[in-house]
Amino acid sequence: MPLTKAEWLALEKKANELRNLCLDTTYWAGSGHIGGGLSVMDILTVLYYKYMNIKVEDPKWDDRDRFILSKGHAGIAYAPVLCDKGFNDKEMLKTFNLSGSKMGMHLDSNKVVGVDASTGSLGHGMSIAVGTALAARLLGKDYKTYVVLGDGECDEGSNWEAAMSASHYKVTNMISFVDRNKCMIDGRTEDVMKLEPFCDKWTAFGFIVKEIDGNNIKELCEAIDFALENKTDKPVMIVCNTLKGCGIDFIEDNYLWHYGAFDDEKYHKAKDALAASYAKRVARAEKEGV
Amino acid sequence: MAGGMTYTAVESESLQTAEIYGKALVELGEKHPEVVALTADLGKSTKIGEFQKKFPDRFFNVGIAEQNMFGVAAGMARAGLTPFLSTFSQFASLRAADQLSTDLCYQNVNAKVIATHSGTSFGQAGSTHHAISDLAVTRSIPNLTVICPADGIETYNAVMAAYETPGPFYIRINRGFDRTLYKDGNYGFEIGKAVEVHQGTDLTIIACGSCVFQAVQAADFLDKADGLKIRVLDMHTIKPIDRDAIVKAVMDTRRIITVEDHNVLGGLGSAVAEVVVESGKGCAFKKLGVPDKFAPIGLHEDIMSELGIDANGIIEAVREVMHADFELDEDWDDEM
Repeated sequence: MPLTKAEWLALEKKANELRNLCLDTTYWAGSGHIGGGLSVMDILTVLYYKYMNIKVEDPKWDDRDRFILSKGHAGIAYAPVLCDKGFNDKEMLKTFNLSGSKMGMHLDSNKVVGVDASTGSLGHGMSIAVGTALAARLLGKDYKTYVVLGDGECDEGSNWEAAMSASHYKVTNMISFVDRNKCMIDGRTEDVMKLEPFCDKWTAFGFIVKEIDGNNIKELCEAIDFALENKTDKPVMIVCNTLKGCGIDFIEDNYLWHYGAFDDEKYHKAKDALAASYAKRVARAEKEGV
Repeated sequence: MAGGMTYTAVESESLQTAEIYGKALVELGEKHPEVVALTADLGKSTKIGEFQKKFPDRFFNVGIAEQNMFGVAAGMARAGLTPFLSTFSQFASLRAADQLSTDLCYQNVNAKVIATHSGTSFGQAGSTHHAISDLAVTRSIPNLTVICPADGIETYNAVMAAYETPGPFYIRINRGFDRTLYKDGNYGFEIGKAVEVHQGTDLTIIACGSCVFQAVQAADFLDKADGLKIRVLDMHTIKPIDRDAIVKAVMDTRRIITVEDHNVLGGLGSAVAEVVVESGKGCAFKKLGVPDKFAPIGLHEDIMSELGIDANGIIEAVREVMHADFELDEDWDDEM
């Protein structure tokens, strides 16, 4: 299903709303993982607003597509999506990270409606996704399982155990993403622990790898379409080159904004930055869309 | 669990404990199509080969990758399958501890870990393959039920009860053959309820796993040799622990010895001690187990002997504790 210009613009609008909501949530919470939240937001947007087969009124519907946010610290981006979809009350975002809230920084699948797996400790999501996808095969269901990893997270050996098993069991009903924002807490990924040649690693583990700009809605949709149409027995990994803090120019591509806080002045400056970024993205969609 | 056990003591003695688990798993697999089995290259060692033969599509060997196995199982469980994970106790409790805690227990999924080669039962393999910390780790993970069956017959009961009870389970069993404690399965196995396998009022031995058989042998000997009436409790469920049986033992016998094939820190002895102390009642108390050191290499029975968790070691400890002084609480009326 090729992306139309109208769809593209609608998804840009939604991604911008969600980025603003992510910033608001960070502001209300006092601080948050906004850098990795903004880098992954376009992936979340296209999945939840274009591709995933889910029912808000029946969040545990057996045939629903599954989504596993392996980089669980991006809960600050995921929670706004789940609230905007209607799984949870938007007012809950104002309690994010606060004492007594159901929404901690890593979302609990037994507390937050619509979350398919509790994540936070890194290197867990792809294994859970493999199990979810294998279960679909055994149960004769045709739901898809989407999983998003962080790139820093790929230092964890357990991911590569999961990758081996995805390849071995030909888990083609699982579609994987890495949010390759090239930053982690202590520095840039290539300085802390070298990941490159990153795509080659996934290829070597038996995946078909698509490397794209993960903050480009059109490229994301094309890659997902490719993965959905995959007729081989290899699973697809979409390596999404992204910008940490994407949309707020003064925090972009800066690992120091892995986790950060906004005072009133910075918050308003960030709002302006998001508006400027959105304008540029709309212009691109208008120009390149068909 | 009442009924269902198809093995007698005689049959049980001809089967390794894990073989009985393997047969129980096949039985579950035949009845319940959602039961799946996972292992990390230990299908043969954990005796689940028969399940693999009968249900190849429901058997997953993820290779030597325990962390992945636990995550995969969690995903399967959330999608409606009932995974049984089989690997060695040391790897289930330590190598994959984060996945056990986060993926299985935090998410509170219906998955059953059957951890073999527990305690020092893989004696000759040495400390890399002994599991002397698994009870300490697992009993401190919320939502997890922890069981250490005394023999093959109790292993069958525990596996069946685990299937019937939603939520994550950790069942630790031994490598190889176990001495058979129970004549058959119909003795009223119930999760969280200790079984009084030897009656007595002078002292209570609270044991789990292979140490229960040893404790009963010790109790029989002490009856004949010293005229002591020793109560032995098979505390098969480490969590939730049977508080009532422990407090009753304090009240009735005032002397307690715990015996386990596990570090004396954090396992059965610690669990019992917590209940005893919280009861506020005076009680002579001694823990037998692995004395917070890595165990020696050797045959399981030799290691148990060296650690003093066999019948001889238990007899010695009972005689010591029978002479132990403790402050008596004169106010008995408030105690029940």
